[in-house]
Amino acid sequence: MALVRWFKRHLVVIAGLLTLGYLLLPNIVVTVFSFNNPKGRFNYEWQEFSTEAWTDPCGVADMCGSLSLSLRIAAWATVGATVLGTMIAFALVRYRFRARGAVNSLIFLPMAMPEVVMAASLLTLFLNLGAQLGFWTILIAHIMFCLSFVVTAVKARVMSMDPRLEQAAQDLYAGPVQTFLRVTLPIAAPGIAAGALLAFALSFDDFIITNFNAGSTVTFPMFVWGSAQRGTPVQINVIGTAMFIVAVLFVLAGMVIGNRRNRQKA
Amino acid sequence: MTTLTDAPPAAPESAPKERPPRRRGRLTPYWLLLPGLLWLVVFFALPMVYQASTSVQTGSLEEGYQVTWHFATYWDALTDYWPQFLRSIAYAGTATILCLLLGYPLAYLIAFRAGRWRNLILILVIAPFFTSFLIRTLAWKTILADGGPVVGALNSLHVLDVTSWLGVTAGDRVLATPLAVVCGLTYNFLPFMILPLYTSLERIDGRLHEASGDLYARPFTTFRRVTFPLSMPGVVSGTLLTFIPASGDYVNADLLGSTDTRMVGNVIQTQFLRILDYPTAAALSFILMAGILAIVTLYIRKSGTEDLV
Repeated sequence: MALVRWFKRHLVVIAGLLTLGYLLLPNIVVTVFSFNNPKGRFNYEWQEFSTEAWTDPCGVADMCGSLSLSLRIAAWATVGATVLGTMIAFALVRYRFRARGAVNSLIFLPMAMPEVVMAASLLTLFLNLGAQLGFWTILIAHIMFCLSFVVTAVKARVMSMDPRLEQAAQDLYAGPVQTFLRVTLPIAAPGIAAGALLAFALSFDDFIITNFNAGSTVTFPMFVWGSAQRGTPVQINVIGTAMFIVAVLFVLAGMVIGNRRNRQKA
Repeated sequence: MTTLTDAPPAAPESAPKERPPRRRGRLTPYWLLLPGLLWLVVFFALPMVYQASTSVQTGSLEEGYQVTWHFATYWDALTDYWPQFLRSIAYAGTATILCLLLGYPLAYLIAFRAGRWRNLILILVIAPFFTSFLIRTLAWKTILADGGPVVGALNSLHVLDVTSWLGVTAGDRVLATPLAVVCGLTYNFLPFMILPLYTSLERIDGRLHEASGDLYARPFTTFRRVTFPLSMPGVVSGTLLTFIPASGDYVNADLLGSTDTRMVGNVIQTQFLRILDYPTAAALSFILMAGILAIVTLYIRKSGTEDLV
């Protein structure tokens, strides 16, 4: 009876943790299989422990090249989407202008559209214009679909900003440029950073839109997709695991810094 | 969709990002909006127009395509590929419901029961994003492998007998069946359900729970009458964020499924990139878009949440 009661009390916790397990299971498999030494071309069955892939992560032809291409595209897409998106977010929150509803839906629609639709229609545009598919078409596409997400992230932050802070700065004889650089931008920075981070992650991991608009250019997700047909090298798992660890460390470091700042303020 | 008709004519360069938000500058908002919106108009809205035009063209790759208002392409696409359309809606719908059922307890746990573990669990929900989703989807091939521990356990519990009878698995295989595809879709889009749910749950004032308890509501009644209704905005945006990408996905159906689990995304992809039948592909993509927009509009009307952005 006590057991039943305990179970009832903690039902939500148990169900939640099971879901968390479901979410993390593939990452555990990816990590474990980065130490595999598979027989044959595919790394789906456990054979024996080996650190070979970790000591030679770039040992597969073309993989690290595709990785660096993906990082480059993600970096530029982040810059482009963050600049354009931040400008839109400021305009939306701070100003009155006509056709606001139309602007809002133009920003909302890319997020409410299956990727394959955007990918296919963008390809028809490029084909009609006779554009050479490759680095630039991928970059254009990535900025396009990351833009809306940056707007949403920055908008949330700017909306919660107290406009009186800027008025105060201007009352204290700060010029418009100074007010923006010394007051507005620092306050909006967390929102902009969140938007930029999101854009980077979205661009780096994008497959569907890239698949349509890359031509014969191979980004890292495209490489993984191709290897699912040809044979999956263990090094893919090494990269996947390393990215996971780096990301978690990044977030933890950010949290520690954030906590320290909050404590200093208090 | 095309806007900016009432924006002043302006040279596209010299976008004044550094210019401070002056309340009196009447043109400033248009300057700020111009470059980004232009990007969206040219690379999002205009392609839709090109796609619509492509879908009513006829011709061949060698001789070129001409707009002939050949609407029969739509009819042919629907009659040829209605099973894939139905399958997409069924798989995406099932995955969305599973995401809600699986994601709600976790979001609830993070919002109300996690205490000092809250941030850690949140990180663990987001962290998988940083391993390429294709790599993680491939990991399901290992997890659901024939004769592996998961399949073995399901087999000995006779779960597979039931699912085979329902027609979502085949014999003692899980891979290359609808179950595997739905499992992959659910997994891939689960964080998109959890995060909005968490956001709206976290906003709920804890005192409402106490008040409900003080008024002799049992925990489940409190959930049904207080917590769940207040979390509706999260439920709505979560289901949309799951259903929309899932319905157009072709990665899971390709990697975890078979030719019998092809979704409409798979058809669009092969038509566009391998068969190079652009009109049919464009028509399919247009039908998918129209269907999604109709569903989303209806759904938002019905649930009464207008401000999702």
